[in-house]
Amino acid sequence: MKPPPFSYHRPDSVDEALGLLATLDDPKILAGGQSLMPMMNFRYVMPANLIDINRIDDLSRTENGGETLRIGAMVRQRDLEFSDLVKARCPLLHAALLNVGHVQTRNRGTIGGSLSHLDPAAELPAALMALDATLHVGSKRGTRDVAITDWSMGYMTPNLEMDEMLTAITIPLWPAGHGAGFVEFARRHGDFAMAGTAAMLALSPSGTIERVALAVTGVDIGPVRLHDAEAMLAGQTPSEALFADAAQTAGAVPGLDDVHASKAYRRKLAIVMTKRALAQALAQAQGGGDD
Amino acid sequence: MTDRMTISLTVNGDAVSREVSVRMTLADFLRHELGLTGTHLGCEHGVCGACTILMNGRTARSCLTLAVQADGQSIDTVEGMADGDDLSPLQQAFIDQHGLQCGFCTPGMLATITELLNTNPDPTEHEVREWLSGNACRCTGYQGIVDAALAAAKTLQGKVP
Amino acid sequence: MSWVGSAVKRVEDPALLQGKGQFVDDIHLPNMVEAAILRSPYAHAKVGAIDASEALALPGVHAVIAHADLPTELQAQIPLLVPNPAIHYPVMQYVLAKDAVRFAGEAIAVVVADDRYIAEDAAERIIVDFDPLPAAGDFRAALEPGAPTAHAERDDNVAAAFSQAYGDVDAAFANAAHVFREELFQHRGAGHPIECRTMLAAHDPVTDTLTIWANTQAPHRLRDVYCRMTGAADNQVRVISPDTGGGFGSKVQAYPEHMAIAAAATQLGRPVKYIEDRREHFLATHQERDQLWDLEIAVDADAKILGVRGKLLHDSGAYLPWGIITPFISASTTPGPYVLPTYKLDVTCIFTNKVATTPVRGAGRPQATFAMERLMDRVARELDLDPAEVRRRNYVPAAAMPYAVGLTFRDGSPVVYDSGDYPACQAKALDLADYDTFRAKQEAARSEGRYIGIGVASYVEGTGLGPFEGATVKVTPGGHVIAQIGASAQGQGHRTMLAQIVADRLGVTPEDVTVTGGNSADLAHGIGTFASRVTANAGSSAHVAASNVREKILKIAANLLEASEEDLDLEGGRVFVKGVPEMGKSFGEIAVVANGMPGFSMPDGISVGLDDTTYFKPERSTYANGCHVAEVEVDIETGNVAILRYVTAHDCGTIINPMMVEGQVAGGVVHGIGNALFEWMRYDEGAQPTTVNFGEYLLPMATEMPTIEQTHIESPTPLNPLGVKGAGEGGTIPAAAVIASAIDDALRPFGVKITQVPVTPEYLLDLIAQRRND
Repeated sequence: MKPPPFSYHRPDSVDEALGLLATLDDPKILAGGQSLMPMMNFRYVMPANLIDINRIDDLSRTENGGETLRIGAMVRQRDLEFSDLVKARCPLLHAALLNVGHVQTRNRGTIGGSLSHLDPAAELPAALMALDATLHVGSKRGTRDVAITDWSMGYMTPNLEMDEMLTAITIPLWPAGHGAGFVEFARRHGDFAMAGTAAMLALSPSGTIERVALAVTGVDIGPVRLHDAEAMLAGQTPSEALFADAAQTAGAVPGLDDVHASKAYRRKLAIVMTKRALAQALAQAQGGGDD
Repeated sequence: MTDRMTISLTVNGDAVSREVSVRMTLADFLRHELGLTGTHLGCEHGVCGACTILMNGRTARSCLTLAVQADGQSIDTVEGMADGDDLSPLQQAFIDQHGLQCGFCTPGMLATITELLNTNPDPTEHEVREWLSGNACRCTGYQGIVDAALAAAKTLQGKVP
Repeated sequence: MSWVGSAVKRVEDPALLQGKGQFVDDIHLPNMVEAAILRSPYAHAKVGAIDASEALALPGVHAVIAHADLPTELQAQIPLLVPNPAIHYPVMQYVLAKDAVRFAGEAIAVVVADDRYIAEDAAERIIVDFDPLPAAGDFRAALEPGAPTAHAERDDNVAAAFSQAYGDVDAAFANAAHVFREELFQHRGAGHPIECRTMLAAHDPVTDTLTIWANTQAPHRLRDVYCRMTGAADNQVRVISPDTGGGFGSKVQAYPEHMAIAAAATQLGRPVKYIEDRREHFLATHQERDQLWDLEIAVDADAKILGVRGKLLHDSGAYLPWGIITPFISASTTPGPYVLPTYKLDVTCIFTNKVATTPVRGAGRPQATFAMERLMDRVARELDLDPAEVRRRNYVPAAAMPYAVGLTFRDGSPVVYDSGDYPACQAKALDLADYDTFRAKQEAARSEGRYIGIGVASYVEGTGLGPFEGATVKVTPGGHVIAQIGASAQGQGHRTMLAQIVADRLGVTPEDVTVTGGNSADLAHGIGTFASRVTANAGSSAHVAASNVREKILKIAANLLEASEEDLDLEGGRVFVKGVPEMGKSFGEIAVVANGMPGFSMPDGISVGLDDTTYFKPERSTYANGCHVAEVEVDIETGNVAILRYVTAHDCGTIINPMMVEGQVAGGVVHGIGNALFEWMRYDEGAQPTTVNFGEYLLPMATEMPTIEQTHIESPTPLNPLGVKGAGEGGTIPAAAVIASAIDDALRPFGVKITQVPVTPEYLLDLIAQRRND
């Protein structure tokens, strides 16, 4: 299980990286390496050219835009986990991060790597889907923005052309006082989710649901937004029965069979996870927003 | 040519410079180029944690890191933990609490607990277990390892049990 | 002061904790090259022409060795070490595939290159002409008429068939008040030590000797198999097992790869190292897995057992490297701690196109214990009795020891339980687990909508079996105390254990004793480290050898000091007149005398050398036992099982080192919990493995594992001088049974009954749903 031969490139700037992407034969971007390197060790992936973007400082910045948060593609998951800004303004992302792999992999793994690898059971794409994130993509041909809903093009296939690279993610922030919940079911702590739900709730002064966002991971080939559930919840007074009803719609997500679980089981889990994520989000919203 | 590259890094406090094949993993570099065979390979796909080392003070899988990526970085391995013949409090705790049997996973465990105690000097048992969730041990049932981490935390805080 | 019985800190630890261990992959020899192995991608195929030209053209590649390139004597099957007349077709794996492959992962060719990276590049360039054949996948389906056969030349997949029986079982069933039947499936997975298999072979042309460093659990077996195959003399081959990263059974066998790497080193005249990677370990290292039990129990109106009968199907995999040992152990473990008056089990071993099955920690016993304990729980449920009470009514009483079960064990000896107090063992476990107060706790939890349950399981385990293991104890003229055993260690702490035993006999401290093991050149004979046998065998040998050395020291010293032996004492590496320490001699001085003076005759009655080699040969196995209690919580919405408490009462006879015994038990339990809830080596219907990495095959990790609370009983065995039994596997054996028992109890309101492990959350949720719909 040794990686196959490749040529190694270590650009110092985004521009240089994009230039290499445009010109090199069979290139692959090396970000945190926590998914790509195992696949190379197994020789499932054998790129001719490896472009290591770990030295590009521009990709490792997190910027507070007031109403938005812009996160560079190479920001390490562990740095985001430690970020007071993320914790305070985007508690969903913080909660999701705690479920991503293990400390040792989060130390290296990046937010952009997770999105570009796009494992069906990954936590971050679902969290970002609930957050309505926009993904910034660059190439020598120019830049373009992709809505998170348009990111997954199929099984482990992000919306990226061969010469393109994810450079940053922008998250529109919800007002302070909202509640977030991220609940997943995995056989062991740190495993990819067999089903997981990201939930955000904002309550009106009268206690009704003013705004809600729900996305599930681990069930289908990519993250799935639960629009029907959101519609059922909007404007209503939260209750256990309401959450249980709304969560039922998670059972309609298409679903994937694999060695870990059948799609039927995954759908059942999605319902339970959605119910629990909503309860967690509500508790946080009622507790004043911060954890 | 980009299939070989000269790298300079710090390993256990010593400056090291070598020309390496670009596809060589950091684990193989440490083991075979530097002879630091304390870092072990158990799965080579980032799950078992035996190859865990500290890179700039943070744990990383040396099987998922290329040696060229360690260029300019500071690496700490199990070989640098003792002060001469004096074991560190954590190493001593592993002896006292029977935290190892075959010893193969141990270097990775030591690296993880080192970062844990630097981050959180007084962890609960649950926190220790969560940190260890990225390191597999097949011998001990984890019990001695958890006990060793907790005992080392006490020693390091001056609260010798 | 006695070292035996105290929690001596391990002498192994300081080196391992500083990265100074010496594992096979840590050894670099001059001129060394590295190997990769080309393995079959097919579960079953004919193998035709092999074209290695592109591989050989790659810079840095030294050789590609396939079947036809091996020396003639290695163009052969690995010998069957444990033949048995019950075997229908004693077929073994070739060193390298001859004309067919019979499991995905079977070795076809060895590629030798400057390093492993290049060797893997080259292996990808070898073109093999495969002709795929239908494969025998699931062992149950493989018994059906017309099923594909694992060996194309055979008409069926029956590898072996035998029965274990005593008493008139049918009469017992005819007269029973109750009869219950269960179909039980247990899957175990693999050993998965964190260090995979490793080997390094070097041939010295000057002396024509071959040295194999291998992380084997049986160095002498490996040497003997190599010698038997090649015709080499014992003294031309040395096998050294250095530090080894766990074994759990997976490293016992003399594997085809060992022979192939030895051949490569000899052919190339260079040391060749082969380090199995994890993917290969999933494919080609022996596993122990599927058994299907169809079992009936007959009890009287008071829940006393009258008989057990049924059928056992065992998946042998494609070859029989360890004969039928595993199912044989299963069949003789069933009676467990109970008075079982009649018994009959018909066993069928089945070939499939999967890697061979050989013992993994527990070796067939977890399956048997699962089967028997599930029946005991069934009796309790049907008769509305407490499960612990049903067991109490049936335990062999302590006063009945030694107790002849009526069966024959795998070593051919009658199964006679030598010592133990099973009711007392259960009582200790229940007490520690607060069993009596659990029902109140359970009721309170249920009123909150939480489903918690408690389970109990007992087992008896044959350990310390023969034929022998040896030890040499010697004192050198420099005063060094050395103990050598043949058996190798994989983390058990043999060196510490032996140092404690020898220190007691010679009046030194464990640190004063240098212990080595696992070098076939140190002792002429050895069997190996498996079946929880090293302390009972090698420990006893060291005890006897050290006692003999002690006697000799006393004899020589009595002569030199003109004192009687009874008046002498040993302490601190000296022998002296009791109460007069200055009137004495150092061990070194005694050794000088024992080693003789040139030209002088040996003193009267003194044999040469201050050393002794003993091979302790137990007359039969010792039987350890234990009782486990587990408390679990089931999430009825997800099917998740969380272990809240896990209690063990363990009896392995005299305890040499309580710290190390507890470590063995805790590790064993977690392995067993892995079998119960997580580990599942899966194959599809065509026998292609589908769990080939640690993301797919789930090892138990720290977060999900409970603290193992332990208590101990010591029932010394009369069968060896130390009174010791084995401790390495008892933790694993009842774990699946006790977890199943606790889950059933937690889900009693739904009437759920676990009949297979591992219990995945999906399986459990389906069971709950089924019961709800019933």
